[in-house]
Amino acid sequence: MSTVAVDLQQAVEDAAAHLYVWALKDIPQDLRDALAAAKDRETSVPGKRVLETIVKNVEVADSNSNLVCQDTGIAVYTCRVGEDFPLHPARIYAALKAGTERATLEHPLRSNAVHTLTRENTGPNTGYRLPIVHWEFIPEWDGLDVKCVPKGSGSENMSFLKMCVPADGVSGIKKFVLESIVESGGKPCPPGIVGVGIGGSADYAMYLAKEAIARPIGTRNADPHVAKLEEELYGLLNETGIGPMGLGGDVTVLNCHIEHADTHMTLNPVAVNYQCWAARRASAHIAVDGSVDFDREA
Amino acid sequence: MATHEVTFPITDEAEILKLRAGDEVTVQGHIIGIRDRTQIRIFDQGVEPPMDLKGAFLLHTAPGVRKVGDKYEPVCIGTTTSARMVRFTEPLGAQYGVRGICGKGGFPDEAIEPMRKHGMVYFAIVGGAAALETTQIEEIEEVAWEELMPECLWKFRVKDFGPLTVGIDAHGNSLYHDVQAAAHKKLEELYARL
Repeated sequence: MSTVAVDLQQAVEDAAAHLYVWALKDIPQDLRDALAAAKDRETSVPGKRVLETIVKNVEVADSNSNLVCQDTGIAVYTCRVGEDFPLHPARIYAALKAGTERATLEHPLRSNAVHTLTRENTGPNTGYRLPIVHWEFIPEWDGLDVKCVPKGSGSENMSFLKMCVPADGVSGIKKFVLESIVESGGKPCPPGIVGVGIGGSADYAMYLAKEAIARPIGTRNADPHVAKLEEELYGLLNETGIGPMGLGGDVTVLNCHIEHADTHMTLNPVAVNYQCWAARRASAHIAVDGSVDFDREA
Repeated sequence: MATHEVTFPITDEAEILKLRAGDEVTVQGHIIGIRDRTQIRIFDQGVEPPMDLKGAFLLHTAPGVRKVGDKYEPVCIGTTTSARMVRFTEPLGAQYGVRGICGKGGFPDEAIEPMRKHGMVYFAIVGGAAALETTQIEEIEEVAWEELMPECLWKFRVKDFGPLTVGIDAHGNSLYHDVQAAAHKKLEELYARL
């Protein structure tokens, strides 16, 4: 290819501005299905009341074109960048930041971003190192996938890390995840998606836990050992009885997703990152010619 | 588990004492929006709130609003996690006569005794259900401490606000306490199976 006639940075900015608002207003079909199934399955009276209200709320958000939840979160993006995509990640980052600001000012959305010490607002949902972007680089490809995951604070505050030792084994991992979700109670707006990161290092385990919550609900890890653990934890977590909004019931989590990395022989890190029932996400595929294909299901 | 309709602010204590943990409640009348920074100002900085909190129903919120002329209109109003603000329960009851606190996620056990002593109830709302909640706010009637935006003191007139669940009643019962106790017992059983 000789020259790129289109303004790719503008295309990415426009896509980001659309994705942020779209994610906040219109939750994906797989999540709607999971919430409807949870409502039908729940037997506790307060739990069923919560799930009926949640389903009704999603319908009201649709009909009034309002946000599903008032917490516009911190904007987190995951980017899969093809090695032949002709816009440098530094420019992609600038575009995502500009898109986040535009969406916040134009809608308008509540701006949550503050300096972590002074607590003064730093901008329209942007600031130093905000938004947060996860990067993955893909060989022999010329496209860009962007996923926007607005992350609410109620669930983000329920994040936990434990450096288990190898002798703790897999049961140590299971115990820590169970204990974390019981301790969280109703605070992270259950039932949601429990994201677990295992292996790697302390920081990478938490990064992986965040990747896990951004997956379509109920998808399984490609590694059969990990997929088996996902299934087992999903079942165990729903036996705790914490229930919708922590008021007691059968449905404590909508699912459990795990991402893993190989690790040091003496490490066994486990990170838990919770995603609330309003597990918002929206994706776009951006081609080298600047065309954008929005994707509800990715 | 009974169903009730209660209008705030209340003047008759019986309106609070009739509510039991697990009951469903719909609220009418006026409610006051309050959050972390608002309560830090009242209790840690000793600034008197410019609204009457006697018999009031407080909502843990930081609303999304837009200003039209000199009025604020709701854009998206939802509810935040209560547990961060539990330490204000005792003085809200003792000094100001607050009767209801509404939020999401519940209060830990340290709220049970002040709520019993001062005749207060914790109402659990469905966290995140802000699109619905916004339709139940008829009007933002007053805003004080605008410099704390969005953590101001807000006065809302509401219609059919809910459904809410009584999470902690004024008789020493807490659903959160009961659920946690049962879950910890269950954990022992689950650990044994691992």
